[in-house]
Amino acid sequence: MTAQTKSAPAGRDAVGAPPALTLEGVTKRYGSARGVEGMDLVVPPGELLTLIGPSGCGKSTTLRLVAGLERPDAGTITVAGRVVADTRRFVEPERRRVGLVFQDHALFPHLTVGKNVEFGLHDLRSGERRSRAGELLDLVQLAHLADRYPHELSGGEQQRVALARALAPRPAVVLLDEPFSSLDESLRAQVRRDTVATLRETGTTGVLVTHDQTEALSVGTRVVVMNNGLIEQADSPEKVFEQPSTRFVASFMGDADFLPAHVHRALLTCEIGIVSTVPGWADSDADVDVVLRPHEVALSPSADATARVSAVEYHGAFVLHHVRLASGRTLRSWQPHDVRHPVGTPVTVTVAAGTSPTLLVGDRAVTTPPGNAPRIAVAP
Amino acid sequence: MTDTAALAEPRPPRRRPRTHGVGRPAWSALVVTVAAVVATPVLAVVVDGLGNSAALPRDLGQMILTTLALMLGVGAGSLVVGGGLAWLVTAYRFPLRNLLVWLLVLPLAMPAYVLGFVFLSVFDVAGPVQSFLRAVFGADVWVPEVRSLPAAIIVMSLSLYPYVYLMARSALIEQSSGTYDAARTLGANRGRALRRVVLPLARPSLAAGLALVMMETLTDFATVQYFNVQTVSVGVYLVWKGTFDFHAATRLAVLVLLFAVAVLVAERALRGRARYHQQGGRRQGFEPERLRGARAWAATALCLAALSAGFLIPVAQLLVWAVGQVISDASFLADPRFAEYLANSLLVAGVTSLVCVGLSLCVGHAIRLGGGRLVSGAAQLTTFGYAVPGAVVGIGVLLSFAALDAGLERAGVPGGTGLIVTGSVVGILYAYVIRFLAPAYQSVSASLEKISPTLTASALSLGAGPRRMLGRVHLPLARPGVAVALMLVVIDAVKELPIVLLLRPFGFTTASVWVYELARENFWEKASLPALVIVAVAIIPVFVLVGQTRRREAHRTVPGKAGQ
Repeated sequence: MTAQTKSAPAGRDAVGAPPALTLEGVTKRYGSARGVEGMDLVVPPGELLTLIGPSGCGKSTTLRLVAGLERPDAGTITVAGRVVADTRRFVEPERRRVGLVFQDHALFPHLTVGKNVEFGLHDLRSGERRSRAGELLDLVQLAHLADRYPHELSGGEQQRVALARALAPRPAVVLLDEPFSSLDESLRAQVRRDTVATLRETGTTGVLVTHDQTEALSVGTRVVVMNNGLIEQADSPEKVFEQPSTRFVASFMGDADFLPAHVHRALLTCEIGIVSTVPGWADSDADVDVVLRPHEVALSPSADATARVSAVEYHGAFVLHHVRLASGRTLRSWQPHDVRHPVGTPVTVTVAAGTSPTLLVGDRAVTTPPGNAPRIAVAP
Repeated sequence: MTDTAALAEPRPPRRRPRTHGVGRPAWSALVVTVAAVVATPVLAVVVDGLGNSAALPRDLGQMILTTLALMLGVGAGSLVVGGGLAWLVTAYRFPLRNLLVWLLVLPLAMPAYVLGFVFLSVFDVAGPVQSFLRAVFGADVWVPEVRSLPAAIIVMSLSLYPYVYLMARSALIEQSSGTYDAARTLGANRGRALRRVVLPLARPSLAAGLALVMMETLTDFATVQYFNVQTVSVGVYLVWKGTFDFHAATRLAVLVLLFAVAVLVAERALRGRARYHQQGGRRQGFEPERLRGARAWAATALCLAALSAGFLIPVAQLLVWAVGQVISDASFLADPRFAEYLANSLLVAGVTSLVCVGLSLCVGHAIRLGGGRLVSGAAQLTTFGYAVPGAVVGIGVLLSFAALDAGLERAGVPGGTGLIVTGSVVGILYAYVIRFLAPAYQSVSASLEKISPTLTASALSLGAGPRRMLGRVHLPLARPGVAVALMLVVIDAVKELPIVLLLRPFGFTTASVWVYELARENFWEKASLPALVIVAVAIIPVFVLVGQTRRREAHRTVPGKAGQ
């Protein structure tokens, strides 16, 4: 395994190399509380995966299990093809080749930046150690700060040192636990871009835990949405957002409103009228829920409409309109910043042309008619 | 017991220590072993004491009553003096108040066995007070008996009141300021807010201070002997030294243990079910009221009186004696015994301190590595020695070593450990470690807990195994706590008297024993110099303690700092 060598062309090692990380049926319970339940996940080398979910969903537990800070109750974890935890074996965290980057950066306050980066290189001779540390500090553009102590650095610099330190021993996978959430809003985007660039440049496999939807969608090559100890969906960012597989994913990854709807002869109708056609549902006659995102909902003022604008939120570039339908249900709609319908305005609500919204039966997304060999949309 | 360290940090709410891994068998086993070694002597006392039917001293009933009277008397005395003074300096402003707030802690540095003999020298038949009375009123003037229970109560209250004082004060200023503000905004006037909110909130702290005082009283069996007061602890000492009868001594020791348990149970009961744990940031708290005129000076006089009786006068008297000694006979300073006994004290204290801090560090480190309930339970157990009276620990150590000897002989080692144990300082060291592991652990683990768990996890993920972690991460970062622990244990061990008295091998004397022996023979002038040395050593942790408290209070009032 040389997947983390700086010069290795991305993808070369993907051929024939074992996955950087696999979890098979991994379960961890805390007393009666569920941590992680039967989790399956394969992370190929070089992938940058984001793990997202509400607090308590099990994402941090997953990280601790992979790092070796917890022992799984059941299941198997492998790192770069080596079993590090199953029912019999347990490899101590210091022997796992798993790097960690924390929200608080966790730099050793009594060591200089250089010594922090060298900490994980104690197997090397001191000359090699120094040159490897220098290499990493160059990579994060902090070579000039090697003799400083952590408290003399800014938050963003500390974060970069933490990344360099984690990468120095060439770990098979680096786990990042909400690494940007302690940074200022203004700094966060820049540090995030730099971090992602560094991980890509070194071809490092990364698992990034976050609770920030935008971050999860923009950083990862794949997004894993967790809830209540289970994986709800593991897909590309686009799929997770555009084709959520469950009601939870639809509402957690971005704003979503749900309306009861009906499909009859491939025609999707709901309270606001015809929404779209549903290819392949020609013979069906089924009740579903339709997922409508605010950017898909169009408004036009019309004196005889039954829907009324109930609240208006100005967000700068866009204005979010809350619309109360005749049934009492509410939809939200993004409008350009110069469009503002006062509260109480009667509006006609339609769905933007070309939208093919997600349909739910119960809490699951469906792509084929429910009566007709129901198949639940899951990750391919 | 001389647990200055017990006061160093306000008791944190008990919670399960955070763990950072899945535990390491070797390190977990070490913690369990330490716990077992610490618990063995006490278990031995309980097992042997309950399992035999040796004759108890005939005056046992009297001993129990005396012990009760002494503990209640000293408890009441320190509550009145310590609680009263804390109230005075917190609720009022008067001349010298800001200085007295800190000076009033000083009697903590004056061991009761030193204060006791100075008290006797002044008030006993040959002392200046009675001589003066006889000169004025004739030879047959009536004076109360000085070597008596009431006098012992006075002396011990004066030397122990700072425990209650410190606890009460921190409760008054820290714990209740937020609730005081709330009470005031709800329309209570100052007096009502103090009576209805502040005092009830201070109750658990008063109970904690009171419990410390009573434990100290119970564990003492040297000071009380100056005053011919026979407590059960004295009983254990006299029975053992008089007859070397294990069974009789252990039966009495179980009784002492029962008293200790009663104190802890009473503290729990007094504290009640309430968890008076204050949260929230910096608060104003109540404003001290300015006293004027005679009342102000009366307050100052009260504080000065307690301080003088508990510290200033005895130190002055010791200084006068010591200077007199040196002037009349300068060779006294060159007395080889002085150097030898002091060296003994420091040696025993130094070794104890290193062992205690080393063990504390290992236990704290093991806890951070994880290991679950068994390990954290065992870690708790290692600190329980502070609540076990010295007499019990002493007899328990003797019992354990006797059993070890018997076991070795059965295993074919003639003579067992021989005189290694009873004839050397090993027993003293063992007992000291049991007694002083708690303050050491408190200090070290407080420092360790400040290290972020993510730091430990990071070091692990960077390939540092447990030993490298200890050497490269945990120890360097816990250094302040380790330094404080080393110092506190050395000082407590230098001051310690009862355990050495009970366990010392023939011919082995420490500075504290020397003071005690000279004082018992009424060689007060001779005792003054080693006594001063002990007081001077003991004053160091008092300054540390005051510094810590001041810093905490200053921190509380830094503007804009959302204090914790």
